Amino acid sequence: MEKRVTFKGIWLPLLLVLPQILITAIFFFYPAGQAIWQSLFIPDPFGLSMQWVGLGNFEYLLSDRFYRASFITTAVFSILVTVVSMGVALYLAILADRLIKGSGTYRTLLIWPYAVAPAVAGVLWLFMFNTRVGVVTWYLGLLGYDWNHVLNEGEAMGLVVVASAWGRISYNFLFFLAGLQAIPRSVIEAAAIDGAHFWTRFRTIVWPLLSPTTFFLLVVNIIYAFFETFGVIHTITSGGPQQATTILVYKVYSDGFVGQDLGSSAAQSVILLVIVSLLTVIQFKYIERRVHY
Amino acid sequence: MKHTISILAASAVLGSTHAATAATEIEFWHAFTGRLGELVAEQVETFNSSQSDYAVVATHKGNYSETLNAGIAAFRAGEQPDILMVFEVGTATMMAAKGAIKPVYEVMGDGFDQSKYISSVSGYYTSPEGDMLSLPFNSSTPVLWVNRDKLQEAGIDPDTDLSTWEQVGTILDQLKEAGVSCPMTTAWQSWIHLENFSAYHDVPFATKSNGFDGTDTELAFNSAAQVAHISAMGEWAQDGKFIYAGRRNEGGANFRAGECALFTESSAGYAGIKAEAQFDFEVRPLPYWSAVASEPQNTIIGGASLWVMEGQTEEEYAGVAAFMNFLSSPEIQAKWHQDTGYLPITSEAGDLTRSQGFYDANPGTDIAVIQMTAKEPTANSKGLRLGSFDQIRTIIDEELEAVWAGDKGAQAALDSAVERGNALLRRFEQASR
Amino acid sequence: MAEHTGMVEKRGAGLWLTHLGLIIGVAFIFFPIWLAFVASTVSQPEIVRPPMPLLPGDQFFENYSKALTAGINAPVALMLGNSLFMALGIAIGKIAISLLSAFAIVYFKFPGKKLFFWLIFLTLMLPVEVRIVPTYEVIANFGMLNSYQGLILPLIASATATFLFRQFFMTVPDELAEAARVDGAGPMRFFFDILLPMSRTNIAALFVILFIYGWNQYLWPLLITTDPSMNTIVMGIKQMFPSGDDIADWPVIMATSILAMVPPVIVVVGMQKLFIRGLVESEK
Repeated sequence: MEKRVTFKGIWLPLLLVLPQILITAIFFFYPAGQAIWQSLFIPDPFGLSMQWVGLGNFEYLLSDRFYRASFITTAVFSILVTVVSMGVALYLAILADRLIKGSGTYRTLLIWPYAVAPAVAGVLWLFMFNTRVGVVTWYLGLLGYDWNHVLNEGEAMGLVVVASAWGRISYNFLFFLAGLQAIPRSVIEAAAIDGAHFWTRFRTIVWPLLSPTTFFLLVVNIIYAFFETFGVIHTITSGGPQQATTILVYKVYSDGFVGQDLGSSAAQSVILLVIVSLLTVIQFKYIERRVHY
Repeated sequence: MKHTISILAASAVLGSTHAATAATEIEFWHAFTGRLGELVAEQVETFNSSQSDYAVVATHKGNYSETLNAGIAAFRAGEQPDILMVFEVGTATMMAAKGAIKPVYEVMGDGFDQSKYISSVSGYYTSPEGDMLSLPFNSSTPVLWVNRDKLQEAGIDPDTDLSTWEQVGTILDQLKEAGVSCPMTTAWQSWIHLENFSAYHDVPFATKSNGFDGTDTELAFNSAAQVAHISAMGEWAQDGKFIYAGRRNEGGANFRAGECALFTESSAGYAGIKAEAQFDFEVRPLPYWSAVASEPQNTIIGGASLWVMEGQTEEEYAGVAAFMNFLSSPEIQAKWHQDTGYLPITSEAGDLTRSQGFYDANPGTDIAVIQMTAKEPTANSKGLRLGSFDQIRTIIDEELEAVWAGDKGAQAALDSAVERGNALLRRFEQASR
Repeated sequence: MAEHTGMVEKRGAGLWLTHLGLIIGVAFIFFPIWLAFVASTVSQPEIVRPPMPLLPGDQFFENYSKALTAGINAPVALMLGNSLFMALGIAIGKIAISLLSAFAIVYFKFPGKKLFFWLIFLTLMLPVEVRIVPTYEVIANFGMLNSYQGLILPLIASATATFLFRQFFMTVPDELAEAARVDGAGPMRFFFDILLPMSRTNIAALFVILFIYGWNQYLWPLLITTDPSMNTIVMGIKQMFPSGDDIADWPVIMATSILAMVPPVIVVVGMQKLFIRGLVESEK
């Protein structure tokens, strides 16, 4: 991974990396170090005093069944968001790929949700499924289905999954469509002439050729579901009912900022740091050349 | 039109604070939006135009939790406002933060007459020594809202006695039989059906006088009286007689739309209900179980108070005192009480409202005041002073939801809430040592 | 989905089925946005007594002017401006520092290069939420509360863009740098005259992505802007939900949601071609 041709000089490159190193040190390493340090204390909310507890915060967390459950919730939520958003996106991409004309128009229309903030997406979906004024709730009621995500854990999870997956479909669609369009037409045409039906063609040719894209999207979507869906959960369920939609990142927030339990929150940050590092290693190991946003 | 005026007023205030550089700026962070936000802006504007020494700058910082968080975060950064609005469940957190707050009685200085404040309101914010620590700002108490038309439609006399839960239970049966889709709903379930329930029936919510006597308090709301009530509510929920809409005041929308016959909600729901309801409604006292108590004790307040933050100049504190005196004045208080349905914080304001004929013109608006002040508070009905209480409420919400959904029995749910809440209380005790 | 014609190019029924499938997909994607738009054009009573209409009403100007001029603490117009400034600052700032550091890491050998490389890449993927309390304190200590620097700087401390540019620079043929060196052009000349123009697509793609990222922030602005004139639009929507005994003004909330959506949608749709090319191709 080294360029053969390089420029000479020591001060210039140092000067060039300086802005990023400074910003990273001040706004990343120092705060992350602070989080690790604070995880060993129970501070009072105002920062007036601190009680040394050693690993007490971690013991407290691991003995909390809701914290342990939050791992499962996070896993279920992430898998569902990934499957739903990738499934719908792949379906739409396959359809769009079959069109000679007009796929650009659909692409323009499908790209919109990418621009919608998670918090705003949460508001939109909450509005549709609001137990009181929601349009969808009302029509479900006509069909005899009593929608109440405020009480029903399954419905709450379903709603946050759909709202989170919704904004993500655009992103996955773009990648799948590009992946499909990169498959040489001649290969598929040859198979079609041989009489292979759509599913056979898809299974034997398209899917294997698409697998690098799929694997990349898998990792990226799981990371998205882990960290960037905070706004959706905050606006729709606030982690409820009975913490059924409390994912790890939401718990850091609710314990730290709602509960003012900064010790517990810092300890959770440290645990998250470890998880993120593991995910980063996995990403580097298996898809080294790619990066996500 | 009214809306436009207050916007103009608000912008005029913002403009004038920049123009009048001589005035000392008093920063005031609050949690009110919409109509309540406008009313706060109006109060501030009235104060600012009444004198030229101080200019209060009111800022909305999000909902109650977010406002408290913003205040705490700002204090840690040395950027705290002069006045911070903190909801009642944050009281213990603020009290424990000795170096972060300046008690109101100190700010107000000598000659501060604490006796003019209604004790069942200010008691919530008063130290064990009897000193006022924060100024009650918006205080309400739960009442029973009745849709009279709905009762009539169901063939029930709208004037029927609803003082006890036993009577309410009978009426719910009749409403259900008559095919009413939402016989009863509630807002703020923990506040109304556990916190106030306990005070109203004079049973402890937590040990050590509900936390007033020390941070080594333990939750106690899993005793027979509370279990019986939650269990009855749970049965009503299963039978479709009690419709649960959400943790906050989501149920208000159902009631205001005319779907629900009965609604337990804060007395401050008045303005919203009056604005939206297209039916005949009235306020009744919160029901009690005659099997538990022969007559009800008093209810406790909810809402928020104003805390003064440490670390400001003497001049600013003088301005804060002036503003707080202004807020406590009978005219301002009476107007606030009448506009919002919040309780008056001084008895003078209550008397003024009565003499202005407001209660006669709006029957039932004084029920909350009467319900709060009819009896001298006991150790169980002074209020609550529990650390991490916002989180404990969330735990209670979760457990109650399990009861309404039929997943758990009342006893199991309340036992679990007590156990989980106690763990938080121990952490709070440790943190504020 | 079952397709039995065996043809690749669809005609007749197959073509229509394909369109139908896509239209259903687009409808699903668009329904929430459409509903928000409808809600922003009707009156509050039409919403609170369900079912709300599915076609726009006549309250468009009332609701939007109320949202734009009233807001909560600051008019929505002002919050839109703040969001725009923040999003631009994050996009441009991050691209600038990343280009420079990626250039240094790829085209120079200098002491500590390995260390700097890892310091930067360790920050990959760690969201600001995880270290938000200490980060807040840093900002406060610098006196950057209620400032654009405070809104922008902590959010550009991430390695994604650096990583992308590094990947791209690695694919640039060595001959170009070699030629520049032979011609006696200095490194910065090479950077500005050759590398930068070649990176146009990547920069455009990143710009869109980072603009959206910046625009969509809300927990961070909520914490560090205590002055209403510094509020951003996404946190503004959050604040329109009532906290206590008040009622939600759905038409105005929805009008604000639509307004909050318009600028990023314009950026994404308007820069679509560049954005997709940069995004998808740079990932390969």
